[in-house]
Amino acid sequence: MVLPQRPEGRRLHPVTPWRRAWAPMAALFAFAVQDPERARQGAEHLTPGRLVAGLAVLLPLIAAYGFLSWWMTSYLVTETELRIRTGLLFRRVAHIRLDRVQAIDVGRPLLARLIGVAKLRLDVVGTGKKDELAFLSEREAVALRAELLARAAGMAPESASEVGEAPSRELVRVEPWTLVVSLLLLGTSWGTLAAVLVVPPLVGWASGSLWAALVVTVPLLGGVWRGGLGRFLTEFDWSVAESPDGVRVDHGLLDRAHATVPPGRVQAVRIVEPWLWRRRGWVRVELDVAGGGGEGSDVLLPVAPREVARAVLERILPGMDPWEAEAVLRPSPRRARRVVPLWWRGYGHGVTATVFASRRGLVCRKLSLVPHAKVQSVRVTQGPWERVFGLADVHVDHGANGTVTARLRTVEEARAVAAAQAERSRTGRRTARPERWLT
Amino acid sequence: MSRTSGADVRQHPGVEEWRGVERGLLRMRRTLLVAELLPVAVALGALLGPLAGPWWASVAAVPLAAAAWGWRALALNWRSWRYAERADDLLIARGVLWRRLTVVPYGRMQLVEVTSGPLERRFGLARVQLHTAAAATDAHIAGLAPEEAERLRDRLTELGEARSAGL
Repeated sequence: MVLPQRPEGRRLHPVTPWRRAWAPMAALFAFAVQDPERARQGAEHLTPGRLVAGLAVLLPLIAAYGFLSWWMTSYLVTETELRIRTGLLFRRVAHIRLDRVQAIDVGRPLLARLIGVAKLRLDVVGTGKKDELAFLSEREAVALRAELLARAAGMAPESASEVGEAPSRELVRVEPWTLVVSLLLLGTSWGTLAAVLVVPPLVGWASGSLWAALVVTVPLLGGVWRGGLGRFLTEFDWSVAESPDGVRVDHGLLDRAHATVPPGRVQAVRIVEPWLWRRRGWVRVELDVAGGGGEGSDVLLPVAPREVARAVLERILPGMDPWEAEAVLRPSPRRARRVVPLWWRGYGHGVTATVFASRRGLVCRKLSLVPHAKVQSVRVTQGPWERVFGLADVHVDHGANGTVTARLRTVEEARAVAAAQAERSRTGRRTARPERWLT
Repeated sequence: MSRTSGADVRQHPGVEEWRGVERGLLRMRRTLLVAELLPVAVALGALLGPLAGPWWASVAAVPLAAAAWGWRALALNWRSWRYAERADDLLIARGVLWRRLTVVPYGRMQLVEVTSGPLERRFGLARVQLHTAAAATDAHIAGLAPEEAERLRDRLTELGEARSAGL
């Protein structure tokens, strides 16, 4: 067989083609579960002879496809970009500009850890999803990540590949016990658990069929998994470390993830304070990083005491003090209760020298902070009902496709905030750090 | 309604000179409105009159009433659209019931787009759209004269380059 021209660049690890092998299996399994009768008939037709014949045809085909797709995939690091070439029939070359890279994660799913491979995920501004290199050998993944970050930081290209992993200093490590307690103190995990214990028996009793009860249970169990056990597994052994190429976040029990957020790429910070955590002074810190891929925000700290959160944030965004921002928050005026009864008390807004801050929520408080230098545009909006009471909302859009809203301010204040914010964002940008932070 | 004009969120301190959009935009939208609703009214009247009796044919008044209301609403909406260029940012104000004022600093603009569809061209209109790194930024001005749109684009691009800032 004549092999097609192999694209230039380095290759991935040979296990690469198998990374999607589970998808057809899962589809087959889902089919069998949905239609058990036909699956049973199908299994009866499957005599050993046919099985062997089928495998004899299928296996070489799969192997050939796998080999070719591996053969046609390569990556190349140039001075300014990372090029990833993929595709057998439909060729695709992704050019990723290194100065637009927001974060680089090294992910090690359970199976990949057993084989000793890892995947590299890149967050790039302006792309919806993360581009990934799956899989590389672990050593190669770490080296490539270091090289990409060094080049993105503007280091001399010749030395970039030799610098290796920059040294890091651990800032925080979340104890497993703290994590367990924090998850137990979340209302949502108990709520879903209660729902699992109450709803399926009720449905079973009402409909008189076991199937209906089971069908209801499965999504509920999914909720319990996401809220409790699944979160424990992903947030296990959470550590945040500081290194010259950014803040390192390591976590996971089965799937180890290793993310690096370069300094200055954080667009907004959100501090979540569930009701039952408040007495202990615990908070959860989430980051909005540009190009985050729209899969929710990135967690910086799953649970930490307030002072620790402040110290870590200080490292990421110098001058950012969430508790100073919290202290300047002012609640919405009293007439806001006509617009949003009861919950109006949860809204607060304030501005410090460095950030635009806004809080919402009564039971679970969420404090959002946007550094002035990251504000892309400012909007003031007012609906008809708000106009009756002379209230307006101020929205601040930041580069991570997010918006932080200060709701229910008086019109005079909203206008003043918008005018001042435009001014602050302009002067804030002058003092912002350079794009290539090592030059 | 609003107690004083000073409480209008579409105003902005320190802006005297607002520019409105072309009257052609209102004409285009009214034409579209009539072109959509009038055939509906005619069809309803023509079908229901002979088939269900003249009483039922009065249902045709509904699209007519909608068109009359829309005729006025479009005028209000058209009048509410304004923009102002300041030294460092562009302001866009609009809306009657849901009012909105957008401020985009020049240094944040990634791209300025001028578009003009076939219908817009017929009415001598063009549309300027500003893109920043935030997708939520909703900054477009519809209904500009093509020359004005081009002037605005060139000026914004120039100012954007001069004041450009990274993410």
